[in-house]
Amino acid sequence: MELREIISTGNDLAAEAAVDAGCMFFGGYPITPSSEVMHTISDLLPAVGGVCIQMEDEIAGVACAIGAGMAGHRTMTATSGPGISLKAENLGLAQMAEVPLVVVNVMRGGPSTGLPTRVSQGDVRQAKNPSHGDYRSITLCAGNLAECYTETVRAFNLADRFMQPVFVLLDETIGHMHGKAMIPTVEAVQAGIVPRQQFTGAPEDYRPYGVEGDEAAVLNPMFQGYRYHFTGLHHDAKGFPTEEIETCRKLIQRLEDKVMMHTDELELNEEFMCDDLEENDVLIIAYGSVSLAAKESIRHLRAAGIKAGLFRPITLWPSPAERIKYFTDKVKNVLCVELNIRQYTEEVERVSSRLDIHGLYKVNGRAISPYEIVNKVKEII
Amino acid sequence: MAFNYDQYLRLEKMPTLWCWGCGDGVILKAVIRAIEACGWEQNDVCVVSGIGCSGRFSSYVDFNTVHTTHGRTVAFATGIKLMHPDKHVICVAGDGDALAIGGNHTIHACRRNIDINFIVINNFIYGLTNSQTSPTTPQGMWTVSQKSGNIDPTFDACNLAIASGASFVGRETMLDPKKLEKVLVKGFKHRGFSFFDVMSNCHINLGRKNKMASAMENLEWIDSITTSLKKWEALSDEEKMNKFPTGVLKHDENAKEYCDMYKEVQAFHQGKRKTITQNDFAKKI
Repeated sequence: MELREIISTGNDLAAEAAVDAGCMFFGGYPITPSSEVMHTISDLLPAVGGVCIQMEDEIAGVACAIGAGMAGHRTMTATSGPGISLKAENLGLAQMAEVPLVVVNVMRGGPSTGLPTRVSQGDVRQAKNPSHGDYRSITLCAGNLAECYTETVRAFNLADRFMQPVFVLLDETIGHMHGKAMIPTVEAVQAGIVPRQQFTGAPEDYRPYGVEGDEAAVLNPMFQGYRYHFTGLHHDAKGFPTEEIETCRKLIQRLEDKVMMHTDELELNEEFMCDDLEENDVLIIAYGSVSLAAKESIRHLRAAGIKAGLFRPITLWPSPAERIKYFTDKVKNVLCVELNIRQYTEEVERVSSRLDIHGLYKVNGRAISPYEIVNKVKEII
Repeated sequence: MAFNYDQYLRLEKMPTLWCWGCGDGVILKAVIRAIEACGWEQNDVCVVSGIGCSGRFSSYVDFNTVHTTHGRTVAFATGIKLMHPDKHVICVAGDGDALAIGGNHTIHACRRNIDINFIVINNFIYGLTNSQTSPTTPQGMWTVSQKSGNIDPTFDACNLAIASGASFVGRETMLDPKKLEKVLVKGFKHRGFSFFDVMSNCHINLGRKNKMASAMENLEWIDSITTSLKKWEALSDEEKMNKFPTGVLKHDENAKEYCDMYKEVQAFHQGKRKTITQNDFAKKI
């Protein structure tokens, strides 16, 4: 893929990626540390005939974005943890009605108002299930500046492929990081756009939700002659409320299977200096901005004669279970490094069936330094 | 010739889940007649509803329809309308939906003056969830959450809409469907935010415990608390307190509509105009 060099911030890159990927609507509400996404996209969208609106609250921000998605457009909102908490109910509606949407969450310290201007990865567990009920969240996590761009682009394509909200997790460090990055050209992004499926038959034959058990709904744009119904209630093939037992069961099972039977289309990891790892070496598992410190620590460790590597999931949910299992079966010393307390470690424990996973957790709003990781590794081996 | 509703209804969804004697069906028919009177194509209309009895409104009518979360109708509708300023968007919400849980969205949609038609079916109670106090339940009436009698002061929905900046505000009751249709048509044709307080009965969940157990008794009470704007204006201040004026209460054809204003924002970012300044607006503060 052809690349170009830019100097920018993570939040700005998320906004630019959205517009390059064909996003035409943004609904949002000011919140630190994500506000710059709205600031930037409020300039970019009207210039291309799109719309950016600052709504009266977080709930309305996501609601109008989902409305634009229902109408058939690529659409986005951006916020931080407290905003996700407020948006949760409507995110559930988008899961249930299968409305594609990209949600950028620039994570800050929590719970509650927490540390608004400081970094954390405290929303990883929340991203998995922000709203009640059964569905599978798709969550991507940018680990460097370039990925603020590429993962936002990927999120739009996945939202249209799977017909549901897709989270892009940034954190305060990466959102506000300012620097040089190599990102794909606009032409390359546009060439890679996979728009959502559309039904082209007669309106009377249209069944937006009448798809196979592992398929996503086929939702045509509004106002084009296919008059159907969106609802957060359990619904039938045409989208109308129903309590019919089998229809209800099949719908919720399909929301599960449309994602979990196609995880190969979602999985994306980075394996940094993992090729030569053996039983007594060290595997570090980290994601987001923490992975930058982890890579630096690995260079120091290797210089000191300690062989370590980094496994970095870029798609956090669904987790790359097989790959985690492969490495945790192979390497004895596994260290999860997170800016939260065990939020992803618990997933690593689950898929590895190991309870001796080491952890380095920091929840004081400050980034982890490479030296803290080096010291922790020396302690566990 | 009798009006043929079939074209606009999802007949396979009939009968509705609304109780016998409920006013929602009368209002639904008035909305359909108003849409036809405006000459709108079915494909060009989007109906957005919330949660509660009125939430089911959208599933019965054959337009592009959206059943949203509780209180958020107009927020969803804002996204749809902004992307399709030439289409017609109608929101239907109950009094609890529009004035309690969704009150903030109602206020700000009025303030933006976006060209959405917002119909509040006001039956003075939470009907579907069995008789809890709503923002329009009169003080002293029995509700299941205030069995002593409601002490919460009530909202005048139209006053709220006027104060918030809606450019068309009307109130009618389901007692006079013809008048209701007329006000709906006027509001639908108005470019700007059109707010309708449509009073309706819930003899089941408001009436039974408040000495109006039949639809007729409930409607007689609505009749007794409403009067036309003209007659209302002639009342004393004390009398005005206990009557709601009906008809078109506000119609400002000069107010700037939000989608039109956003086109100016787009023009600025496309280098077609200078910044928007206070001189673009009659009201400076």
